[in-house]
Order: sequence, then structure tokens, then C-alpha cells
Amino acid sequence: MNILVCIKQVPDMEGHFVPNAAGSWFDEAGLAWRMNEYDAFAVEEAVRLKERLGGAARVTALSIGPARVVESIRKALAMGCDEGVHIDDDEAPERDPWQIASMIAGFAAGRGFELVFAGMQSEDRGSAQVGVLVAERLGLVCATGITAFEWRDEAMIVERELEGGRRCRLRLKAPALLTCQQGLNTPRYPTLPNIMKSKRAALAVLSPESVGLESPKVSSGNFRPHEPNAAGVILEGNVETLAAQVLEILKNRTAVLGKGGAR
Amino acid sequence: MKLLLVGEIRDGRVTAESAELFGFAARLGVEASMVLVGDAGDLPVFDGRLYRGDAGHEFDMTYNKHIVLAAVEREQPDAVVFLHSSFGWELAPRVAFAMQSAQLSGVVGLDDGGYVVESCNGKMRRTVRPLTGRAVLTIQPGAFAASPMAGTPEVVAIDAEPDAAVEFLGCIQPERGVDLSRTSVIVSAGRGVGSADRVELARALADALGGEVGASRPVVDAGWLERARQVGSSGQNVSPALYVACGISGAIQHLAGMKGSGFVIAVNTDRDAPIASVADVLVVADVAEFLPALTAAIQART
Ligand SMILES: Cc1cc2nc3c(=O)[nH]c(=O)nc-3n(C[C@H](O)[C@H](O)[C@H](O)COP(=O)(O)OP(=O)(O)OC[C@H]3O[C@@H](n4cnc5c(N)ncnc54)[C@H](O)[C@@H]3O)c2cc1C
Ligand SMILES: Nc1ncnc2c1ncn2[C@@H]1O[C@H](COP(=O)(O)O)[C@@H](O)[C@H]1O
Repeated sequence: MNILVCIKQVPDMEGHFVPNAAGSWFDEAGLAWRMNEYDAFAVEEAVRLKERLGGAARVTALSIGPARVVESIRKALAMGCDEGVHIDDDEAPERDPWQIASMIAGFAAGRGFELVFAGMQSEDRGSAQVGVLVAERLGLVCATGITAFEWRDEAMIVERELEGGRRCRLRLKAPALLTCQQGLNTPRYPTLPNIMKSKRAALAVLSPESVGLESPKVSSGNFRPHEPNAAGVILEGNVETLAAQVLEILKNRTAVLGKGGAR
Repeated sequence: MKLLLVGEIRDGRVTAESAELFGFAARLGVEASMVLVGDAGDLPVFDGRLYRGDAGHEFDMTYNKHIVLAAVEREQPDAVVFLHSSFGWELAPRVAFAMQSAQLSGVVGLDDGGYVVESCNGKMRRTVRPLTGRAVLTIQPGAFAASPMAGTPEVVAIDAEPDAAVEFLGCIQPERGVDLSRTSVIVSAGRGVGSADRVELARALADALGGEVGASRPVVDAGWLERARQVGSSGQNVSPALYVACGISGAIQHLAGMKGSGFVIAVNTDRDAPIASVADVLVVADVAEFLPALTAAIQART
């Protein structure tokens, strides 16, 4: 079986985000990078399926972005993917989901992938569009936000998460595309020998134009921080002092400590 | 401007959240019609056209797409509006692709002719504008207040063939367990607590306050606390008098479950964390140091 996994490299969300000069997206200076969390679930599930199917399966990991994304492709290889594809595109961070999907589908078309795994959303853009758009372009059956996957009798049974903790079970046949949600699995830590091996692996490098990059459908601007609660206070300093301050706040502004005593 | 709203049906009823779509139309002050797929005993209350397809199942997205596209064809809206829900994010890109139109996901506000969406797990926002004449939008549940509606819609039935590519095997209900919906104090642990052992620090604080522990999703996924304690859009909705968020960034799906809390204290090492948007007090500190100090202070109080 021929499997494709789509991975995006995203900044560590605990970093400090500053708008770029155009105000269209964030400035990359000073940010640390890692694989999008949802895509790590996708890589793990693809590799587990390959291990189950034995020698008959191959997993290709694809990422679109500037040179830095090679690090995430190598991470996917170290986790057990067989081939790495880098669509080398400095503009990728600001491209919209339509454009990213045009390139992924352009690459995948005619290569006979029976299963495509993507993340349910990217943590920085959070659009939850790319996977479904790729499926529509390639004419694949698709299910989003899966929290369980089982390959049985040449078909798959997946669980899709709905609101309020409800899930539905679906059966679908390859060729299909699935987007992966938190809780699907626990991604493995690559072993040292696999890390070393992945560093030497040759990657296929392609240009955006060669895989059919299309024009954008949206424009983006006024990138800005989320406003904090205007009525809120921010406390910083020594923990003992902080604890005393918060105790006073609990006494004065809430009723949770009761009248002079709890346990 | 004219909108086509895509309502949702669950367990044979039009969902309460579907009324937020009308709230969005009211915010824009524009005309709206609705399309509904699936079988419902009730109809939404509004004065306008209601397109209906009731032959497929809720998870047959190919069928659902055909129904929505048929309604688009007849209605010629400027925008097709979904909720950013498990139904909406699955169906909207299919409709957008068929229409060759822009899609804007998770709209939380309006800004000078553009739409405000969140970025970076809720830490940042930006304004997005469609470059195509028509657009597909998904609006974040909870972002636009439902508006009171009156009237009886004019129903227009739409036919399409169900599709067999996805077989629906049934639904699984969430595990029953502790009910946090009536608890007055909740101390929730997030990924920032760092380990299963450190969840005990949150539990100790909850005990000192006579409350319960809650969790963000990664904490439950890691098995540090049971699933029934998860707060958020895919967990429980809570509204305690006091909510203490420990090492929780404040992603929109978490906020959706705890926005109704009376007083919110957040403990986080990152002062830019989006939890600050709902916190009455943001304590910038390491949970491992601050939680024991606060627990001790509460226990020692006179
Ligand atoms: C469809 C969907 C449904 C979802 N449903 C839910 C849901 O119901 N509930 C839910 O919670 N999430 C849900 N999520 C996931 C959500 O998007 C976030 O990924 C999740 O809430 C993040 O959890 P967190 O804040 O614990 O972890 P993170 O986002 O990783 O944040 C950890 C925080 O801890 C802080 N921190 C780190 N170390 C320390 C320290 N030593 N002391 C203090 N602070 C520290 C960091 O600064 C950071 O802010 C859903 C996602 C999707 C796509
Ligand atoms: N630059 C990219 N390179 C490879 N895959 C991507 C890229 N951007 C998005 N994806 C995939 O599409 C999913 C959804 O992204 P989004 O629609 O941006 O939320 C991600 O989880 C990835 O699997």
C-alpha cells in the first residue's frame, strides 16, 4: 500500500508572536519550530499501519515550506516514514489553504496513493481545510477529526469526534484521506539510530510551480495579539507573595472560602 | 448581501447552535435563507426560505454537499455560512471547492468589511478577506449570539441520491463519570503541569478549596485524568463560581467549555497565553511552585 502523510512545520505556540512588516502574518525571527501536533498523530498512524501490513507498504512524508521544514521531514523519517518530499517554497507560510491543497494534490495526482493522512488542522492557521480540499481535488473519500483507526478486511473503520465527547463510527474504503485529531495515538520518540539514518536520507525536492501551485482565494491582514481581559489583572513575582495576593483576591472577590473556614 | 445558512440537525432536532447562524446574519444586517440536511421533527423558526433534503444520513457528506449546492444554485447567495463544528468543517471545504470559492474558517468577529479569525491556537487574530465574489464561511460556535426569530419558513424540498462510499456504523456516547456542570469550584490541569504526578498539585488545591479537578484535552489524552473530567467543546460545559486554569493555554475549544465561569484565575508561565482573554487574574508563574504555595496559604489562613 502506498501511503502519503502531509506535515506542516509550525512555531512553538509558547513563543512570542510579532506581526511582520505587512501585518499579514507573524515575523519568524526568534521562533522555535516543530512538527504540527496533529500531523505527528498522522505520521504515527501511517507508520503503525505500515508495520501492520509488513513489507507491502511505503509511507511518503510531504511538507511544503522554506528550508527549515526539512527538519520536520527528517523527524517523520526518523519515526518510520520511508521517503521524504520537500516542496521548497519560501512563500508557503503565507499561502492560503487553497494554494497548499493545490500543491499537495498536484504532487499526489497520478502517484497512486491509496491512503492520505493529514492533520485535522494546523496549529498556527487552524483552518481545518487543507485535508478536505486535497480529498476533493483527488476524488478521495474523506473523514475528518478521527480519534480511532482500524484496518480490517481491505477497508477501514474510523471514529470521528463530534461535539460534547460523542463519536461516530464509519466504514470507508481506500483510496481515502483521513485527518487526525488529538487522542488518536501517542506519537513515538524516534530512536537514535533512526535519527542518524534519517539525517542521511535523500529527499525529493520540488518547486511549487512543478506541482501546480494556484492563486490565492483570500487575503490576510491586521495580524495582532488577542486582547487580554480588560478587567483582568496580571500578577508577577515571588511565589509566596503571589500566593498571598491570590488568597486576598479569593477572600475579597469570591465566596468560595466561605465564612471564615473550610478545610 | 444575501446569506445561505447551513443549519444542523442532531438526534432528530435542529440544534440550538443553529440559531447562532441567524445571529451572524443579524450582525451583518442582511437577508438569509437556510438549508438543512437530515430528518428533523421541528423546523427552525424564521421568515424566509428553508431548503430541505432528508434522504441521506448526517455523515453522508457527498449527499449533504449536493443538497447545499442545489440550494446555492437556487438562492445565489453571496456567502454560504456554516458553524465551525464537526459537521461544518467536514462539509464546508467540499462546498467551497465545488464553488471554486474562498473559505474562511472559524470566524469570531467582523472588522471593517473583513472577517476576524484566530491564529496560533488562539493567541493571535487576523482579518481575512475573500478574493472571490462568493465565499464560504464557518463561524466559531459561541462567537455570535443567537438572535430571537419569529415566523414560519417556506419549505423547498431538494432531491438527491444518497451516496454509499461512507457507511455509518452508529454513534458512541461519551463515558459517564463525574458531572462538573454543577460544581462550584474547579481546578483544571493543562499540559503545562508537565506530568501525571504534578496533576496531584491541582488536586491538592481543589481539595483545599472544596472543589473538583478538571482537565484540558491533552491531559486526558495522556491518561493523566479520566476523560469525564475534560472541559471544552468536546468535553463538558462548566460554569463554576471559581475556575482555576493551571498550565492551560486557552485554546478556543477549551474556552468554549468554561466561559460561563464566575471568576477565572489562570496560572501560566507565558503572559501572552490566550487564557488571559478570559482571566480575571493571570498569575505568571510555574504551576509546580505556585500551586503548593497557594494550597499552603489557603490551609494556613485564619
Ligand atoms: C475539534 C477540536 C476539539 C477540541 N476540544 C477540546 C476540548 O474539549 N477541551 C480542550 O481542552 N481542548 C480541546 N481541543 C484542543 C485545543 O485546541 C488545545 O490543543 C488544548 O486545549 C490545549 O491544551 P493545553 O492548554 O493543556 O495545552 P497547551 O496548549 O500545550 O498549553 C500549555 C500551557 O501551559 C503553559 N505552561 C507550560 N509549562 C508551564 C509551567 N511549568 N507552569 C505554568 N504554565 C506552564 C504554557 O505556557 C501553555 O500556555 C480541541 C481541539 C479540536 C481541534
Ligand atoms: N505547508 C504544508 N505542508 C504540508 N502539509 C500541510 C501544510 N499546511 C497544511 N498541511 C496539512 O493540512 C492540515 C490542515 O491544515 P490547515 O488547513 O492549515 O488547518 C495540516 O495538519 C497538514 O496535514
